[in-house]
Amino acid sequence: MADPMRIRAQAAGDKTTVRVLMSHEMETGQRKDSSGKVIPAWHITEVSASLNGKPVMSAQWGPAVSKNPFLQFTVKGAKAGDKIAITWLDNKGDKRTDEASVT
Amino acid sequence: MKTTRRDLLKRSAAVATLMGGIGLLPETAQAAWNAGAFEAKTLADALKALGNGAPAESKDVTMTGPDIAENGAVVPVACACALPGVKRLMIFVEKNPSALTALFDVTDAVEANFSTRVKMGQSSNVSAVAVMADGKVLFAHKEIKVTLGGCGG
Repeated sequence: MADPMRIRAQAAGDKTTVRVLMSHEMETGQRKDSSGKVIPAWHITEVSASLNGKPVMSAQWGPAVSKNPFLQFTVKGAKAGDKIAITWLDNKGDKRTDEASVT
Repeated sequence: MKTTRRDLLKRSAAVATLMGGIGLLPETAQAAWNAGAFEAKTLADALKALGNGAPAESKDVTMTGPDIAENGAVVPVACACALPGVKRLMIFVEKNPSALTALFDVTDAVEANFSTRVKMGQSSNVSAVAVMADGKVLFAHKEIKVTLGGCGG
């Protein structure tokens, strides 16, 4: 299981800025190891976010997103104490969900 | 009948498509991820794979990022669209092996404004493409130079 994500959701008026730092290798499938073999691609393919259990955003990523991906987006209408949950799924079928409250 | 290599290749491609179609291949087992679009080499091909038309340049779409990136492995970029009714925002790095980097499906509850960090193999145009609710496709691009040596530009 992968390491937990770091999620920070800060409300400013009506808008909440959500910053997520995921922990993932994001191997592109283009690199070769020292013996010349191609390292197979291993990257996050889907990311979704929900506010109090209701989906607000979903994303599809290719291998060109950086290692340990960072994502920032803005949610409208969230209040302090609301729960933001982020889920990712990688191309090996591994997934992880983490939750944070809006401050 | 003699089976040539070409025939064989064609057949195995057909089988692969079939298997993919019924979800036997691991890459396509994940329903939502559009493998065709992410494997497309160019922006136009990726848009075609997603079923979108040709994009038109627009001032309302913004692509932000550094002019010069010292480290191509971590280039901070942001895409945004000021118009209402955005359905989807995408980031393309045109000279990467596959252009489509990230795709965001926007709902009413979030703003059409996303920041992330991408990898770039070489200096390239980076494009933000917005698909509107009425099917219009708008884009903006920015050139980002990558200095691979990391000694500044």
